Amino acid sequence: MSETTISKSEVAHVANLAKLAFDDTELVQFTTQLDNILNIFDTLGEVNTDGVAPTYSVTDNVNHLREDVADNWHQKQELLKNAPLEAADLIKVPAILDGEGE
Amino acid sequence: MTINFFDNDLTSLHEKLVNKDITTVDLTQATIENIEKTDNELQAFLRTNSDEALLQAKKIDEQQNFSNILSGLPLALKDNLATNGIQTTGASHILEGFKPVYDATVVDKLSTVGAISVGKTNMDEFAMGGSTETSYYKKTANAWDHTKVPGGSSGGSAAAVAGGQVPFALGSDTGGSIRQPAAFNGIVGLKPTYGRVSRWGLFAMASSLDQVGPFTRTVKDNALVLNTIAGFDAKDSTSSNRDVPDFTSKLTGDVKGLKIAVPKEYFGEGIDPKVATTVKAAIAQLEAMGATVDEVSLPHTKYGVAAYYIIMSSEASSNLQRYDGVRYGFRADNVKNLEDLYIKTRSEGFGDEVKRRIMLGTFSLSAGAYDAFFKKAAKIRTLLIEDFNKVFANYDVIVGPTAPTVAYGLGEEIDDPTAMYLADVLTIPVNLAGLPGLSVNAGFVDGLPVGLQIIGKPFDEATVYQTGYAFEQASRLFEQRPNIAKKY
Repeated sequence: MSETTISKSEVAHVANLAKLAFDDTELVQFTTQLDNILNIFDTLGEVNTDGVAPTYSVTDNVNHLREDVADNWHQKQELLKNAPLEAADLIKVPAILDGEGE
Repeated sequence: MTINFFDNDLTSLHEKLVNKDITTVDLTQATIENIEKTDNELQAFLRTNSDEALLQAKKIDEQQNFSNILSGLPLALKDNLATNGIQTTGASHILEGFKPVYDATVVDKLSTVGAISVGKTNMDEFAMGGSTETSYYKKTANAWDHTKVPGGSSGGSAAAVAGGQVPFALGSDTGGSIRQPAAFNGIVGLKPTYGRVSRWGLFAMASSLDQVGPFTRTVKDNALVLNTIAGFDAKDSTSSNRDVPDFTSKLTGDVKGLKIAVPKEYFGEGIDPKVATTVKAAIAQLEAMGATVDEVSLPHTKYGVAAYYIIMSSEASSNLQRYDGVRYGFRADNVKNLEDLYIKTRSEGFGDEVKRRIMLGTFSLSAGAYDAFFKKAAKIRTLLIEDFNKVFANYDVIVGPTAPTVAYGLGEEIDDPTAMYLADVLTIPVNLAGLPGLSVNAGFVDGLPVGLQIIGKPFDEATVYQTGYAFEQASRLFEQRPNIAKKY
């Protein structure tokens, strides 16, 4: 059974995928903690799962279908009230690319 | 008027309303006062909504419609249940100020019958933790010893009920978050079968594991709350359209002929010997009452923690992508562009435990790790389910401890995530298999409550309650009160 280890640079890569940023101290701390947890995960390698089907959900439902009718909850104003920044009835965000301005 | 919830179960409160001994406004006001008297020490609530609650109470009094046992009764909601127009944060900084535009289905069902929510309770941030200490906002105390944790993640709801602030509360359970705090506070908590209760409006953590369930002081009260919140919901396609029985139907006190299985793995390494002794005495009591008790094996139990933390974190990392600072809640300042806004908002808005789980999940789902971790864990999940199926072919319920220890000290474990994760070993197999699980008080160790966990077949909450009720009525442990009960 191989032992999974995770390096500081791998943790930085995963952080980038998850849209999180860590400073160097945090990166060291998270690397140690994730490494310890991965050691627990590695114990699964002891179990022979050849031919075992994976379970992703335990629900016995198939699909609940409904009529394909458009529904408008008419809650635009309430929803906009929750937006950190709004302008002209829309949610305002910064530029998607650098140098575009607002 | 003071109303002491240690002296009144839900049926008694209902009768007082029906007989006009008290009004709904009296009861709501008394509940608010109970919270004011004790929440300095308990810190169970993130916020209360007295004005809305009293308005609603007035309406109930005008209508005089007490057709449901919960009509006019006050309750508390875990802060990951959406409440229309009332701030709901999941105890996270990233949702500070967020006011949902709809009610969770369970909230809607309760308010439809006239139950009155008086506030939102503290919890681990996004229900990630076992001590309520990962809350961004505050630490909650255990109702029995304020230097101890209340358990988690639904620690606020458990402490509010155990401390006599409210007669019942709702929580959510993804890996033990109802049962473990119920155990730590000596009350009754149920995680229903997956699909029994709608998840619509519950902040999603791990969608294949999450369930909403009740906290109460007695088993009968618990069954009465489940009667109201259970059932199919068109808004949650994983909710079950099976019939909802009357969950009080088997509360006879009788367990003669009931077949109880006791897994030897639930008394293995890491279980506090005093906890084991207390739980074994409770099982002996059930046997003395006429149940048959046999030792069985659930051989994959020890792999549950690893499988759970892979599956839960994978689902959570995906579910929590929605928190990006664009549409609601907290948004970071001084950002250069949209990408920077996402990263800064998430890095400043999430606490460390949430970040750890997002990282674990993102890693487990990443290209090089998917087969070895996520898919492997899903296969182990199948084996855990098969373990349960084999036992349930011959037995009615499985019993054991709810948690390996009693409540530990505030601050004692929070810096050791690995130890915190391993402590979930007895509750998470139940979520992975989607089974109903109940915790009732089994007794005390050093003045702190111990939980007896009763696990049932899918959708057989009635037999789980039957077992818990018989033990509760024989042991009468619910009559023991924490010191805080003297404040009312």
